[in-house]
Amino acid sequence: MRNITAAASAAATTPSPEAAVEVRGICKMYADMEALRSIDLDFPAGKLTTLLGPSGCGKTTLLKIIAGLIPATSGEVRVNGVPVTGPGPERAFVFQDFALMPWATVMRNVAFGLELKGVGKDERQAIAHKYIAEVGLSGFENKYPHELSGGMRQRVGLARAFAVNADVLLLDEPFSAVDEQNRRKFQEDLLRLVELEKKTFIFVTHSIEEAVYCSDRIVILSRRPGRVAQIIEPEIDRTASPDAIRRDQGYLDTVEEIWQGLKRYVD
Amino acid sequence: MSAPAHANGSPRAIPGAGASSFWGKLLEHRTALWRAASIGLFFLVWEIAGRIPISFAFPTFLETARAFLTMLFDGSFVAAYAETLQPLVIGIAISAVLGVGLGVLMGLSRFAEWLVAPVFIVLQAAPMAALIPLITFVYGIGLVSKTLAVIMLALPVIALNGYKAVRHVNPSLVDMCRSFQGTWWQRILKIILPDASPIIFAGLRLGLAAGFIGVILAELLITPTGIGDLITYHRSVADYPEMYAAVVSIILVSTLTLSALEAFEVRVLRPEKKKG
Repeated sequence: MRNITAAASAAATTPSPEAAVEVRGICKMYADMEALRSIDLDFPAGKLTTLLGPSGCGKTTLLKIIAGLIPATSGEVRVNGVPVTGPGPERAFVFQDFALMPWATVMRNVAFGLELKGVGKDERQAIAHKYIAEVGLSGFENKYPHELSGGMRQRVGLARAFAVNADVLLLDEPFSAVDEQNRRKFQEDLLRLVELEKKTFIFVTHSIEEAVYCSDRIVILSRRPGRVAQIIEPEIDRTASPDAIRRDQGYLDTVEEIWQGLKRYVD
Repeated sequence: MSAPAHANGSPRAIPGAGASSFWGKLLEHRTALWRAASIGLFFLVWEIAGRIPISFAFPTFLETARAFLTMLFDGSFVAAYAETLQPLVIGIAISAVLGVGLGVLMGLSRFAEWLVAPVFIVLQAAPMAALIPLITFVYGIGLVSKTLAVIMLALPVIALNGYKAVRHVNPSLVDMCRSFQGTWWQRILKIILPDASPIIFAGLRLGLAAGFIGVILAELLITPTGIGDLITYHRSVADYPEMYAAVVSIILVSTLTLSALEAFEVRVLRPEKKKG
């Protein structure tokens, strides 16, 4: 485990591969409530970075600013060097509540990003078909969301984000509405997909175990107003089996250390 | 359960399966059965009440049914509905287009809400029957007045439901559409309208029901034509079974129209409800 303190993590000194997403001096005010205070972060390309913090620390707000869904009060986000002014094709979002259209089948939901871009029906269905298989939902193409379990619904949300072939995937607490057993299976599948898709993942969660298990890098935000408190790079051998990772001493130590750091924010 | 039954292998499976399929069938049609029973019970109570009789002007169910069939086959219903449906269809069509349009506009724009919503809130609260004589002053006793009566009753509820429907669209779906760079029109046509459609259609159903009230009020209060004429005429000559048959016919037509609208909604806009 490597512990990069906030002070040492000044963007230029980070010895990471090139950053896919750069966050510079982001502040966010809601009326007179300060949600985020001068956030500076780099998200390395091809890695999974987690935003972790106590509830109300603004981690979802930061993710939505990166997505271009809400404007920052000041500061700038650059994706592949281009400043963000709104949602763009190089980013895809996975929603906490899945955001599936209840009136559309799994197939139409997964292909929806392509439908909006005007991709022809046969082509977009072929692409959707591939990603439905990749997330393990083959055979469910013609089901409606209410016929699926929570875990399966989020797989649809993930396939929809993959289908538009964005470079950066933004996941807003994707497993929080999924039950514990499905969540574990889903986390394992997610790691396989990170490996397979070679995309940059930014992942918001409030689960320490989830963050340590899935991430190449963990950014810990402090309580409101949200600031970068700590950056941790867990060095866990991911070639080991999922069960071995969960018993790994490095994994357990990292979980413990993050908990010790976060404990003071919990009332 | 006796020992020989066990010797046969599965002791309870066979009779169990038979019984469960019988109960299964019954359960499948249970709601239909209850509905039929409830209507049957209502007719029975009506028949008994007619035979007591509670009033000399209250015909029995069988008398009414006989009058209903006679009027159905001698063409008096056909002629009456040909007239009644004109203001109703025109009025509902105008109310639906205008109401859904204005409602969606109010839902999307604060300015439109501020401009239009108060008018409809007042109109919805106003006792429309009191305004009908006013319409006749301005527009006479023709088709225009009757159509206006339908619109005045149907439009506010359709517009206000459309407005509420759009305001209650799942914000996360709207965000989803934005995050995949949907255009303004795509957002409205592919997300907002389908997501709002259950409440919009609830408004259309209420509007249609209100439209039926409007057209009958108009036909009773302005000039007796169509089905309003049938009711007024048969009352004046004391043909009570015929009068009741006319009333029953309008209830029947309005119920069937509302069911058809519901079936249309499920078929076209919300296919997922067909399966569930």
